[in-house]
Amino acid sequence: MASKYLTGVGSESKQLATWYFTFAAILFGAQLLFGLVAAIQYVMPGFLYGVLDFSIARIIHINALVVWMVFAMFGSVYWLLPDETGIETVGIKIGKLLFWIFAAAIVVVVLVYLFIQVGPADATTIWFITEGREYIEAPRWADWGIVVVALGFVGNLFLTGMKGEQTGIVTVLMADMIAFAGLYLAGMFFTDNITVDQYWWWWVIHLWVEATWEVFVGAIAAYGLITMIGAHRKVVEMWLWIEVAMLFGSGILGLGHHYFWIGTPEYWWEIGALFSALEPLPLVAMFIHVLYDWGKTQGAEMAKEGVSEENVKSVITNKPAFTWFVLNAFGNFLGAGIWGFFHTLPQVNLYTHGTQFTSAHGHLAFFGAYATILVGMMYIAVQGTNGIKVMKHTKASLWAVSMITGGVVGMTVALTIAGYVQVLVSRAQMGATWAAYFDGQSGMWFSQAMDWRLIMGVVTFIGFIFLAKDLLTTGKNPVHER
Amino acid sequence: MANKSVWSDNRFWRRTATWVTGFASVLLIWLTFDTSAQIAMGNDQDLQNKVTKRVPGPTVINYKITYEMSAKRGHEIPVIGEKEKFFGRDDYSEEEAGALLHLGKLGSQAKNCMDCHTLLGNGAYYAPDLTKAWLDPAWGPDGAMQALTGKNTKEEAMAEFLMHPDQYPTHARMMPDLGITAKEAKGLVAFLKHMSSIDTNGFPRNFGKIKGAVHGK
Repeated sequence: MASKYLTGVGSESKQLATWYFTFAAILFGAQLLFGLVAAIQYVMPGFLYGVLDFSIARIIHINALVVWMVFAMFGSVYWLLPDETGIETVGIKIGKLLFWIFAAAIVVVVLVYLFIQVGPADATTIWFITEGREYIEAPRWADWGIVVVALGFVGNLFLTGMKGEQTGIVTVLMADMIAFAGLYLAGMFFTDNITVDQYWWWWVIHLWVEATWEVFVGAIAAYGLITMIGAHRKVVEMWLWIEVAMLFGSGILGLGHHYFWIGTPEYWWEIGALFSALEPLPLVAMFIHVLYDWGKTQGAEMAKEGVSEENVKSVITNKPAFTWFVLNAFGNFLGAGIWGFFHTLPQVNLYTHGTQFTSAHGHLAFFGAYATILVGMMYIAVQGTNGIKVMKHTKASLWAVSMITGGVVGMTVALTIAGYVQVLVSRAQMGATWAAYFDGQSGMWFSQAMDWRLIMGVVTFIGFIFLAKDLLTTGKNPVHER
Repeated sequence: MANKSVWSDNRFWRRTATWVTGFASVLLIWLTFDTSAQIAMGNDQDLQNKVTKRVPGPTVINYKITYEMSAKRGHEIPVIGEKEKFFGRDDYSEEEAGALLHLGKLGSQAKNCMDCHTLLGNGAYYAPDLTKAWLDPAWGPDGAMQALTGKNTKEEAMAEFLMHPDQYPTHARMMPDLGITAKEAKGLVAFLKHMSSIDTNGFPRNFGKIKGAVHGK
């Protein structure tokens, strides 16, 4: 069943996808490594002081995260395009060229971050070293490069989508990716007015992550459910459209929860509170409903055909990928939904904004909502490239999924406790001054939480090594059915 | 044939998705026009005529800024008071003050301030929030930083610290030397003073006001 999806052999689009996944995995490793440096600096402030300061470790930690996800997203689209449209990607040569340009640009930007780090307060710094705006620090030349690469990617997606068959999944991706590329432009200007700066900055950060990325995940989850368990396309796509309505319906105006304290009018309190409270709703819905609806029809069909219980075989063709997809459904709900909702109401956010609570939410949300499903896609690609019929769990894949998930959840719990201390001491008790800040930071619960965050970070990193090992050895591993 | 329900019809849901997305986008664009007008920077004229702007003009550096409870709004708001010397002057022209603010804002990006500090509550959490840093008692006449840096005014103490942060360790987590020049430091302090005058709807709450808290006696 669904054998159409099982092979990447001979497909140029799928080959290009594996390039993207490979580079994404390397950047994922870099993200974790520099995250460890930053975590060590919380525990031992003198670590690499003056050589690789916290600010630089953090830039690379976060930028690597964003970029590996973008790479894996592009890879996922190139992987599924031939399956969904029935044809090869149209501009495959341009796609390959853009891959090398994108990868080379990232290497140059990272080297500049590492060795030049900061510049004088003039426009040359903005153009060639750093824009110094959290998450989108990439210098302006790289911004333009990213725009070109994104346009080439969107072009490929549209040309292929127009020429081939247009499924619901492809239609959603086409609409979503044009918004994804367009929104980046909102972060490419300089202004002296920091309120205006932050207003548009959130258009990139929030509307990317809490709107277009979420919808992207919906489309990928839909593809994964069809591929891995042979769920009926009609059921899957219906839920995909419902999900799009709910995600965009809550996510676009959920932007308001970033406009409480940056100098914007008070009406954003109500708008932000209402719509961001709705944001958690859709996050787990599609997965559960597809499994339920599809399982019901499947069960009815089997009953009709008279298949007995003992003869029922698992329908899952890729166990590790399926595990990561399940984690995505719940991780998304927990990390983005619950941990986000925690401090989204203005009455709470007034005290929690800009504390380790935010960091806790960020860690679990990015992992739960994006890292999980993209790792799942890597497994699907590894299966297809090696022509595996049924892919099973190996010891390494089990260690990888347990240690990475356990590590991230551990970090989240530690950071939540740290945030709690910070809110009580620095904000509620002492009024957010410089002295209040450091009093909060030196509390015993805070510093122990930071120790635990580091330990859990190490656990996550070891999990990543297992993941890399598993992905690299799948091709030769005899446990899989070929 | 089996009966068909609109609730399981993909076309119905596709249209719903399109309409909902379109409606949300149009509402966001409309609100953006309104917000943009409200967050546009004021000018020197406004300050002289006591017109309150959410983001005042750069010449706000000529004035004393405080953070006061507003009974009407139920939280603290920045209040722009009488003239106050800033690096020995209180007559910066619109151009001069604008140039200082420009240098400071650019400097805050060139030095990656946001990757350790938070500004308007956004950024990293490795170092204190700078939203109202200008109003922090630590830099005031009775604060530790003027004595530590050997300076007589808030702005000079701040500038000295920014130029040589590694010489004034206030905590084990030290700010590194970022090669900030005297000119850049002046701009950065102007940027911080300007930022403290932005109306942040009461964030951070009770900034520097709490007396009798654990260590605040």
